[in-house]
Amino acid sequence: MRLRLRELAVDFRGPDGSRLPALGPISFEVVTEEFVCVVGPSGCGKSTLIRALAGLQPPSSGQALCEGEVIDRPMQPFAIMFQDANLMPWRTVLDNIALPLEIAGISRAERYETVLNLLPQLHLERFALAYPAELSGGMSQRVALGRVIVQNPRVWLLDEPFGALDALTREKLSLELLRLRQRNVQTVIMVTHDISEAVLLADRVIVMSRRPGRLVADVRVDLPRPRLPDMIFDDKFLQLAKRVRADIESLGA
Amino acid sequence: MGKTAIRDHEPELWAHIGAWLRRLSPILAVGCLLLLWQFISERELISHILVPPPSAVYLAFVEALGDGRLPKHALVTLEEMLYGLLMGVGIGLAVGYAIAKLPLLEYILAPIIVGFQSTPIVAYAPLLVIWFGSGPTSKVVTTAVIVFFPSLVNTIVGIRGVSPNLRDMMRSLKAGRWQMFRHLEAPSALPVILAGLKTSTTLAVIGAVVGEFVSQGSGLGYLVTSARNLYDTPLVIVAVLTMTSISLSLYGLVSLVEWRFLVWQRRSNL
Repeated sequence: MRLRLRELAVDFRGPDGSRLPALGPISFEVVTEEFVCVVGPSGCGKSTLIRALAGLQPPSSGQALCEGEVIDRPMQPFAIMFQDANLMPWRTVLDNIALPLEIAGISRAERYETVLNLLPQLHLERFALAYPAELSGGMSQRVALGRVIVQNPRVWLLDEPFGALDALTREKLSLELLRLRQRNVQTVIMVTHDISEAVLLADRVIVMSRRPGRLVADVRVDLPRPRLPDMIFDDKFLQLAKRVRADIESLGA
Repeated sequence: MGKTAIRDHEPELWAHIGAWLRRLSPILAVGCLLLLWQFISERELISHILVPPPSAVYLAFVEALGDGRLPKHALVTLEEMLYGLLMGVGIGLAVGYAIAKLPLLEYILAPIIVGFQSTPIVAYAPLLVIWFGSGPTSKVVTTAVIVFFPSLVNTIVGIRGVSPNLRDMMRSLKAGRWQMFRHLEAPSALPVILAGLKTSTTLAVIGAVVGEFVSQGSGLGYLVTSARNLYDTPLVIVAVLTMTSISLSLYGLVSLVEWRFLVWQRRSNL
């Protein structure tokens, strides 16, 4: 799926009715099967960018396009994952992952079969009937990831999916993310505030400025795939990470 | 969270006895009340006309049960309560949902609804009898009016409490309006709505009996008034206790529904 942002900008309305620019204008393109990470200072509009691509946030000006079609509502090829797992506490793991299929009108037998086949890949096979309150943060995010995968989307929109997790769980999950993606390569746009995570996962790292976020740097990451955890000690990795850090720091403290 | 730490050297036997006493204490409280009653009437500290002994109440209960008066009147009251609940809770759910969705509606309706709620039902029950006749309809309406409010408020709170993040998630799944209601709003608001229903069931008996007091004919409220006119205190007590048991049974029924449907909450509180 080819995505294009054309002078996309989002303004919010302040409590006194004034315009608060939150994002852009920003323009860039993402080619099919590319993995793009978006980094930037907190509050720079990264999440707004993802929400605009997901069709949840109408732009104030400019456009987001998917294969030439303007995104003005949640569209079929996209699936979004939020920073919070956003699970329904009254549904079991099985039913939470099956939710998108249920909404799409797929029969119970069929959707359970699909989800039960998916659970081992997420290391959740022993938790099919657990409720979200019984899961750890990492497991909850696996369920949320399962809910994305089950939609079979062409584009994954990930809004700081592992931001609330501890460092170890986070590294483990990001590499699992790559592994799961390899089975069925998709275009990925992922927001993160972790530079190492961005460089380790992405083909391209886009650096955004302070609010309202604009594009400051577009760094190509030409590390070989598959990416391995040890790569963070490679010279090439370090060079790229330093470069991204410098771009962020150039924005001022 | 919420768990008491086990102290060292706590004698286990005493802990067990303590736990049992705790569990039995509500039953013991009821038992004490009955003993006190028995004591007062046995010594005739207060005249039997005012406080008849439990045995007299029991006899009155058996008699009223035997000649069919008690089941007949209880059934009338129960029926009024159930129809009233159905109507009041139903309208409360519908109006509550509409208000939760359209804040302007709350602004418009608030004075009317709060005005109704803060006027004593006993005061305008005669009006309802004038409008709806002295038959069962006026009692059903009285019940409906009184159970409407908790149902309304809890529906508003429940629907407004739906997580905006989950709403976004549902939107991203391209859920329609009905699916949003069926899969998100209804299950999310259910615990609060059931809590409101519990309040409503205990209020329902008030509505029905107030209606029966105002316009005579049948029902437990009528049984109370007619027995009082004959100074048949035991029968008054029988009628009152029957109201209590009907009310408690309905409450228990809703609790059962809660227990059955909110498995996830029990599991979450472990």
